[in-house]
Amino acid sequence: MSKLLIENVSKSFGKNQVLQDMSLTVSDGEFVSILGPSGSGKSTLFRLIGGISLPDSGSIYLDDAKINGQRGSISYMPQSSSLFPWRTILKNVLLGAELNGKIDEDKAVNMLERAGLKGYEHAYPHQLSGGMKQRVSFIRALLSPQAFMCLDEPFSALDEFTRVDMQKWLLNVWTEYQRSILFVTHHIEEAIFLSDRIIVLSQRPATVKKEFVIPFERPRREELLLTEEFLRFKKGVYDALVE
Amino acid sequence: MKKLLSKGWRPLLVIILLIICWEVVCHLFDIPDWLLPAPSDIFEESIGGWGSYSHHIFSTVQLAVIGFLVGTSVGVLVAICLHLIPFLREAFYPLLIISQNIPVIVSAPLLIIWFGFGMLPKVIIITLVCFFPITIAALDGFRQTNRELMHFMQMAGANKRQIFWKLEWPHALPALFSGLKISATYSVMGAVISEWLGANKGIGVYMTLASSSFRTDRVFVAIVLVIILSLLFIGCIVYAEKLVIRWKPKGEGNANE
Ligand SMILES: Nc1ncnc2c1ncn2[C@@H]1O[C@H](COP(=O)(O)OP(=O)(O)OP(=O)(O)O)[C@@H](O)[C@H]1O
Ligand SMILES: [Mg+2]
Repeated sequence: MSKLLIENVSKSFGKNQVLQDMSLTVSDGEFVSILGPSGSGKSTLFRLIGGISLPDSGSIYLDDAKINGQRGSISYMPQSSSLFPWRTILKNVLLGAELNGKIDEDKAVNMLERAGLKGYEHAYPHQLSGGMKQRVSFIRALLSPQAFMCLDEPFSALDEFTRVDMQKWLLNVWTEYQRSILFVTHHIEEAIFLSDRIIVLSQRPATVKKEFVIPFERPRREELLLTEEFLRFKKGVYDALVE
Repeated sequence: MKKLLSKGWRPLLVIILLIICWEVVCHLFDIPDWLLPAPSDIFEESIGGWGSYSHHIFSTVQLAVIGFLVGTSVGVLVAICLHLIPFLREAFYPLLIISQNIPVIVSAPLLIIWFGFGMLPKVIIITLVCFFPITIAALDGFRQTNRELMHFMQMAGANKRQIFWKLEWPHALPALFSGLKISATYSVMGAVISEWLGANKGIGVYMTLASSSFRTDRVFVAIVLVIILSLLFIGCIVYAEKLVIRWKPKGEGNANE
């Protein structure tokens, strides 16, 4: 089980207030997206959850334990794929597990294979395309022992085709593993397609402006993206974002 | 080998042309041997005189290798200490630079006064010239560790030791090898210089004997030996680098070749 509770968190850098009284929850097994303008403090929020910087006020709880400033409690997929260039793909996906001492190589090989990366186990990251790297980075997060996942704009650097492929792949994996995920994105369509719930942030100082519960049934298929209801819903989110 | 030939023919051609000019000039102006021997004379001496210098080579190689190994170890250790303990870095960084500002010509005789004519002072001299490029290169490598990778390690809850061995150390390896290449040439020079100051064997000794008896051809033989040794040393380092660093993309940035 893993659920996240963020309570009245504020953070400023000098005079620049980035987060103001931010509160949100992610329940067990839920997929929640955070949608916000660039520079609104989304990555900053992840850094607070990850414990590498401290909020000025407020608390962060994971499974009812306060984790302010406590590192290593979530698994994390950074904004850039951040693979280690000197590690093979297999060694890269095992890194999170390696840091905590429990390595399951067979599982890793198996997951790489199902992500369409068979035969690349012993390749180095520079030999992979951008989309493949993101998949590796995601598997690395998935294989980390921490159950709660934070994904920071994992697909923002990909082209539209790859992006949709990756979204479908992510949904498949997620359905199978039922992790709790907090997902940051700029992309409205992506947020609706993937999530159970969307949290819209305001401009800096960021605070929760609006929340949407996504009404669409799972499993979701690509065709959904072009339906009338989807487009209407997208417009609603868009209006909330720009207003 | 093929690559070496395809890349190496230009410098090789220049060297051959230079040698031909040199040969021609020597004969044209009848320059006396003790002033400037012709390349052919040097070549002859290098073959005919093999017996007179071969035992010196081994001694110099041994000294250079030992000095290089000690210098490398010291250089890497110093870099690691200065990197991991910020207080030490602030305290010792200036000292490091001062250590390079004292000319070997000055420090070497002192070392001989303190430690005698044995191996020790010579190894210290080579260490002094070798460790600096390695320390500086490694420190730079550590310092320029990718911020995003560092972030990832911290988020994942890695401790200081894991961050060092799994991130900072491998990240610094390419930089470290640049330092090693510089130090490899320095170590041969360092060995020869330390032999000038008191030894009974070695290319440095052979060189001093040759120049004091006006055997200029032998001086040149010694120079060629030093060059060959340095190149061999660098070759070894480049080879080791290839073995260790396999993750670099090959053939990038060669678009204009
Ligand atoms: N360490 C820091 N020191 C000072 N200011 C910072 C620091 N980190 C972030 N900021 C500021 O906080 C603000 C939010 O940054 P953050 O990276 O969280 O934005 P973001 O929402 O992730 O943007 P993007 O969508 O472009 O990634 C920015 O104005 C940035 O200048
Ligand atoms: Mg960001």
